[in-house]
Order: sequence, then C-alpha cells, then structure tokens
Amino acid sequence: MAVLRADRAIPDSVVRHRLDGETALRYLLIGLFGLFLYLFVLYPMSKVLWRSLLNNDGAFIGAANYVRYFSTPAIAASITNSLYVSVVAMVVTVCLAFVYAYALTRTLTPWRGPFRVVAMLPIFAPSLVQGIAFVYIFGNNGIWTRLTDINIGVYGAKGIIMAEVFYCFPHAMLILIAALTATDARLYDAAAALGASKLKTFFTVTLPGVKYGLMSACFVVFTLVITDFGAPKVIGGKFSVMATEIYNQVIGQQNFTMGATVSVVLLVPALVAFVVDRLIQRRQYALVSSSAKPLEPRKNPLAEWGLFAYCALIAGSIAAIYLVILVVSLVDRWPYRLAFTLKHYAFDTVGGYSPLLNSVYVSALTAVVGTAVAFLGAYLVEKWRTRARAPLYALSLLPVSIPGMVLGLAYIFTFNVSGSILNRLYGTLAILVISNLIHYFTVPFLTATTSLKQMDAEFENVGASMGVPFYKTFWRVTVPIALPSIISISMYLFLNAMVTLSAVVFLVAPGTELAAVAVLLMDDAGDTAQAAAMSVLIIAVGLIVRFVYWLLMRGVTRRTQAWTQTAPDQAAVMGTGSLK
Amino acid sequence: MTATAPRPPAVELDGIAKKFGEVVALKSVSLSVGEGEFVCFLGPSGCGKTTLIRIIAGLELQNAGVVRMGGPDVSALPPSERNYGIVFQSYALFPNLTVARNVAYGLETRRTPRAEIERRVDELLDLVHLRPHKGRYPAQLSGGEQQRVALARALAPSPSLLLLDEPLSALDARVRQSLRLEIKALQRRLGITTIMVTHDQEEALTMADRIVVMNHGVVEQIGSPFEIYTEPSSLFVARFVGHMNFIPATACERPGWVRVGSVELRHRPGPTPPPGSRLTLAIRPEEILIGPAARDGENRIVTRVCAMQFLGAFTRLGLALPGESRPTLECDVAVNALAEVGVREGAELPLVLKPEALRLFPDGG
Repeated sequence: MAVLRADRAIPDSVVRHRLDGETALRYLLIGLFGLFLYLFVLYPMSKVLWRSLLNNDGAFIGAANYVRYFSTPAIAASITNSLYVSVVAMVVTVCLAFVYAYALTRTLTPWRGPFRVVAMLPIFAPSLVQGIAFVYIFGNNGIWTRLTDINIGVYGAKGIIMAEVFYCFPHAMLILIAALTATDARLYDAAAALGASKLKTFFTVTLPGVKYGLMSACFVVFTLVITDFGAPKVIGGKFSVMATEIYNQVIGQQNFTMGATVSVVLLVPALVAFVVDRLIQRRQYALVSSSAKPLEPRKNPLAEWGLFAYCALIAGSIAAIYLVILVVSLVDRWPYRLAFTLKHYAFDTVGGYSPLLNSVYVSALTAVVGTAVAFLGAYLVEKWRTRARAPLYALSLLPVSIPGMVLGLAYIFTFNVSGSILNRLYGTLAILVISNLIHYFTVPFLTATTSLKQMDAEFENVGASMGVPFYKTFWRVTVPIALPSIISISMYLFLNAMVTLSAVVFLVAPGTELAAVAVLLMDDAGDTAQAAAMSVLIIAVGLIVRFVYWLLMRGVTRRTQAWTQTAPDQAAVMGTGSLK
Repeated sequence: MTATAPRPPAVELDGIAKKFGEVVALKSVSLSVGEGEFVCFLGPSGCGKTTLIRIIAGLELQNAGVVRMGGPDVSALPPSERNYGIVFQSYALFPNLTVARNVAYGLETRRTPRAEIERRVDELLDLVHLRPHKGRYPAQLSGGEQQRVALARALAPSPSLLLLDEPLSALDARVRQSLRLEIKALQRRLGITTIMVTHDQEEALTMADRIVVMNHGVVEQIGSPFEIYTEPSSLFVARFVGHMNFIPATACERPGWVRVGSVELRHRPGPTPPPGSRLTLAIRPEEILIGPAARDGENRIVTRVCAMQFLGAFTRLGLALPGESRPTLECDVAVNALAEVGVREGAELPLVLKPEALRLFPDGG
C-alpha cells in the first residue's frame, strides 16, 4: 500500500529518458534550424555592426563613423528626412485607410467587394512603380503638369510621401479591416439602450475597440516607409533618406563602412517600432470574447453615398496609377507619340526576359523553401519546449525589423569574402532565395506558429503513446490540418519575393538579375517606358499567381469541408453563421 | 491488496516528486496499482493528479522517484516504449482522419496486415457501438461519440495499461452519466488496468475500484470508494468527497464526549483528544435521524428549521443548533418523510446524531 515518505528536498534536475532515435532526430532538427538562423541572421547582422566600427582599411576606429555621420550635415539630413516622410506618410495612410476600411466593414456602401480588390493592387507592385507613375503624372513632363501647367514639384519629399501612401495603403487597410470586423454587436446595443448618440458611440465604442489595430497599422506603415528604397530612389531626387543613403554610400562611393553605419542607425527606428508593436499585440488578445455577436451594418443612405464617393475616389486613384503604367508601356513615346507599340517589352537594355524569369524562379523557390523552413521552424519551436526555444523564437522574429537594405549589405559582408566557404553562395540565385526568405521570414513563422497553437497540443502525445514517431504524425495530421496556412504562407512569400528590391539590390550579379532590379536599372538609365513595361509584367505575374492560389485554396476548402464541419446538433444551435 | 502479491503490480510509483520551477507539483508520491484494477486519482485542480498521470505516461519528467510497470523500472523509457493507451480531456482526435482511420492510427505503423487492421478496427468500433459511424469525421460526431472513438483508438493496439485524463469533463451531465457506466463495463470486460484522473468525486465513487485522493501534491488517502466515503482519513477528504456537515466542538473531560454549544455529544470511538482542545465533528446529511427514529436515544438534540431547499427527490433542511440562530446542520429528507414528520420552516425539529456517525477531526485538518 501507499507509503507517504517524509518531505525531503526535491532535486532540480529531472529524470531523463534515454536518448532514442526519435529524440536524437528532434535535437538534430532543432540544431539545424538554429544553425540556419545563426548563419543567415545573427552572423550577418553582427558583421554589419562590426563593420560600422572599422574604417575602410579595416582598422578599428570605435564610434568615429557615427560621429562623422551625425556631424556631416549632408548625410545626417537623411535621418530627419526619413523620419519626416515616414511620419507624414503614416498619418495620411492610416487616416485614409481607416475611413476606407470603415466603409467596407461597418456600412452597406455599394461595391464594397470591388473596392476591396482594387485597393489590394499595390501589394502586387514593387514600391518604385508608384514612384514611376507619379513621375509620369506630376513630373516635369507629366500629364498633369502639361495639362494644367502647374508643376507641383513632385521630386522630393512630396513625391515620396505620395508614392508611399499608395504603396502602404493595402497593408494598413487589411489590418484595419481585421480590427473593425472583430467587434461585438452587443456593445452597440448597450450604447443605443443607454441613449448614446452616434458620435458618442463612435468615440466610446468604435475607436477604443480598434485602438490596437490603429496602432498596429501605424507601426507597420512607419516601418514600411522608413525601410523602403524603391520609391525614394525613383522620385526622391536630391531628397536623401536613410535607405537611399546606404545605397549611395555603397554603390555610389564604395564606402562600405559608412553604409554599415547608416544601416545600424536605420535599424533603431525599425527595431523600436517592432518591439512596441509586439507589446501592443500581446494586449490585444482578450478584447473580443468568443461569445461576441457580429455587428450587422444598418442602412444609412446619406452616409453610404458619401462613403461611396470617397471609396470611388481612392480606388479610382489607385487604378489610375496602374492604368498610367500600362498605357505608358504600350505607347511609342509618352506623351509625344501615342501610337500603340510593344517595343518596350523587348527589354533590350537588361537582356530580355531573363530578369523576369529569374524573378519567377527565385520567387517560386522562396515560396517552397521558405514555407518549409518557416513551418518546420515554427513546429520545432512550438512543439518542443527545449531550452533553445526562447532564443530560436527571438531570432525568428528579428528579421521583420531588419530593413532590406541592411540585410543586403550584411550579406555582402558575410558572403562576399574571398577565401571563405560562404563565398560560394555569392552571385548565385541561392543567395537571392535565402535573402528573400530571411527578409520575409517573420510573418510566415508567426502565421505557422498561430496555426500550430490552434491545434490540440496532445496530437504528438497520442501518436507517441501508440508508438507512432512524431514525423509520421506531423505528416499525416499536422500538415493536412495546417494546409490553408501553409498555402497562404507560400503565397505571401512568392508575392513579396516578386516585388522586393531593397534586400536583393546589393546581391544580384551578372546572370542573376531580377525583374524589380531591372525596373530600377531601366529607370536609372532613362528607359522609363521599359521600366513601366517590366512593372506591368511583375504585376501580371503576381495577379496570375494570386488567382492560382485562390483556386488552390478553394480546392482545399472543398476537400476539407467534411472534417471542418461541425456536428449537426451543434450546428443547429450555433446557426449557419459559424460554418466556414 | 495483500502485501505478498504473487505478481508485481501493473504500475508502481515510488517517491515521485515533481516541481515546475519553484512550484512543487508532487511531493514524494508512492502507490501501486494492481493488475486489472481501476484506480482513480481524485482531487481539486492543481493537486498534481494530472502531472502524476503524465509522469506515468512519460509525457512529463519527474525530478525524483521511480515508475515501474509490471516490475521493471520504466523511468528512462520514452512514451513510445511504455505500452499504454491514453485518452485526453480534449480527446485529441485527428480531425482530418475518419473514425476508422483514427482507430487504426496506432495499428498502421506496427506492420499489421491491412485486413487484420480492418478487422481490429471493426471489433473496437463494435465495442463502443460506433461501427455505423466509421466513415465519419470527428467533427461530425457528438461529444460523447468522440469520447468513445478516443477510447477505441487508445485500446486498439491492445495496451496493457489505459490512462484516462479527465475523460468525461467536457461532456454534459446526462452523457457523462451513461458513459461512466459504459467505460466501467468495458474496463471490466477487457480486464485492463486503468488509471483515471478526475476532479469529480461522484465519478470516482461510481467507477473506481480504488480511489487515490490527492491534495497539494500529496496523497491524502487511498481506499475503496466505500472506505473513502465512510472513513475519510482527513478533514480534506471529508470535505472533498460527498456532502458533509461540519460542527465546531470542544473536547470534554469525559473521554469520548465533546461539547457543542450547550450540549454534550458522544462521538464514535477513537483517539481521545486532550480536554478543551478544539475539534471538528463531521456527519453526513443522510446520517441524521429525524421523525420516529429521533423520538429518543443518545445524542438527541432539538434544532430549529431555518431553511428548506427543495432538491427534487429530497429536501435539504438547514437546521440551527440549540441556542443558535443560524443553520449549522444540513439534513436531507425524502419527500414523503417530510410530510410524515411535518417539517415547517421556523418549527422545532428533534433529531438524533448517532455516535457512530459522528466523526472527529482535529481542528484545521
């Protein structure tokens, strides 16, 4: 029978299981994931930091580079310039996107579906496309300038802000739509029952409810703008921001140490925005309970027509930008000879279609490899609470706060080292895939983590209790359940890899040119019509891929309908509203 | 259980201790489970019962102590080598696999021929009466059906030990009642050693051969449901299992007697506390005698009816002791007896607290 022993000190160590093949495999995978993150995130970043403390001959000079940076007005201006355009673009974008998202989610404004689709267009274009379009509209020879004879002086801060607002609009809109959708109709019922006016309800219920969403949108837009390189490059003129400053130092003056210095400084605002955003998101959780009732918008013709006009204006402007790009790419010489031609699609200056094909190839590889790494990584981190968990998690979140220019520069310092084994990667398509994968790693990693968290924590334990190895349960249960997330992760990676410029601009080599870089080079060379043509093709590829994913997702949903559907008796209670 | 069991116990725990950081979850737990026995770990949430079953399963690593299964020490074996089946509170059914494939999950990796697997799956689904549902997905089943699929899946590879972690707590009361009987009958039929974790004392009382009552990482009492109910070894067990009246009392000079307010009562024979010490008397509501049985006898007191709570088959009376205005005693009276005795709110009610039913605990447990 039971013997209760006297209390004695409990040792801190645990009785370990003997190491079997499965556990060894687990440790091996975790080790490989750690090595991957070290080699492609931590080590390159430490190289940038270190390089910023050296002079161009490689001697240690402490903070001298920073002193020079802050005391040279021409370079130091890039900091205030960057902050200025980022803050203004952030405020404008979030305000515009809030009203737009409000119209789409909280009102019965007509054409909500088409408005939403049109507003997503900028996601499919590199950021410099907006810049090129504004040059064509408001530039010295732009259509607006010629028609009205008013030159608004688009080259500089004004142009950058305009281009960034359009570039960031869908990102802010998506966050705000999510925030505005997650609400509880009972709060509005309560406010109405208490006799609150519409205005009062807006300020006491609506705004507090989307507070975190608004803040999140602000941080995302701020980070996107301050790290963006494309738009300031094509429309910024002499107005220098930090991202273009890095480019000028590295490509223009071959001054790598100053490039590293500006990079480290650029890391600061991006890191701060990231950390604050994480803290806010952590608090956002319990805002809407699972018993919340969705809000059904009521009819309000006056507001609806006002908002319809607003949405039509914004959607129309967005559509106009891409229409301009399309038209410019298809006419002989804008705005002098408007005859239809396909000659700009020959891309004679950048070697024909190879940049586009490279881009598709690199994007596809990024999607496949990146999805596998992000999902496996999230699985390793989420399922096995080893001591390596916290550092691996932190290293997986870090990339989102690394500006693309900084990552690209870091990879030059890491992989362009003669004599090093890492040098083998330099100038290959592989390094482009890896840099894209790391640059866009965090969002897929978090998406995968979320979908893994939603799964029953005991799946592997059930398998283990029956002697089924974890990798079988992973393949037969975890992956099929997470398939929708896996598909959306790969789409995210593909689309981003297709349009990114900042991380890869330092890494492309002869033979590995990419489409977005080609746009930049052709624009630089004055072949703006060809740049527009290439942009059209990038957008077209993005849209086609998006459509394919939509078909894929529909197929998956149809196939998994049987097992995601709720039991008949439960469905009757909950109503059809909860059926996916 | 005899001290000289011919076979080693199916599960034997020796000095199991576990802490999470600085929080001690289990302090040296030792117990054994016999072959074919159904043992319940019963206790409030946070008492360590789930941690204990997870240590047996090898899903949690103990800081000290040894787990033996059928004799040999299995402490160093990973879960996959311990030969048990487990049903979790959430069931953890694989949502993307049909009922049949869920049940077959543990068989498919054991190089069993396909026809053999199908036969075994059908056999198990018959056992839990779910064969008509074999092609459905878990989401298309009710909670109780899902629970039975989880049970069939755990039993499919013919494990020598079945672990049930709060298997019924996610179900509604009616389904829970019928599944209790079904699981118990199944366990009897298969003769499989079973350990179940529950916080529901009724569940433990109806299902278990033996109950292990736990509190704060310590085993409070081990015994048959009858022993646990009738002879709780501590105030905690008395409080946790069943309904119990607690009356503050003081030990009298006369051994075997205690003073409650103005009356002296004789309690059941046992250790004699020093006179004047504070004690707690415990008696179950159904052990209080009223009506004809309370006309005379030892420990007869006259109480006042303060409250009457209608509970269907019986009515629970709130009774104030002599000289008190608030109820300290609760007494359950069947509906017809209520009319016979003529209980009214505010009226006096004589009753007898049989000395054998008056258990004595030192104050503070």
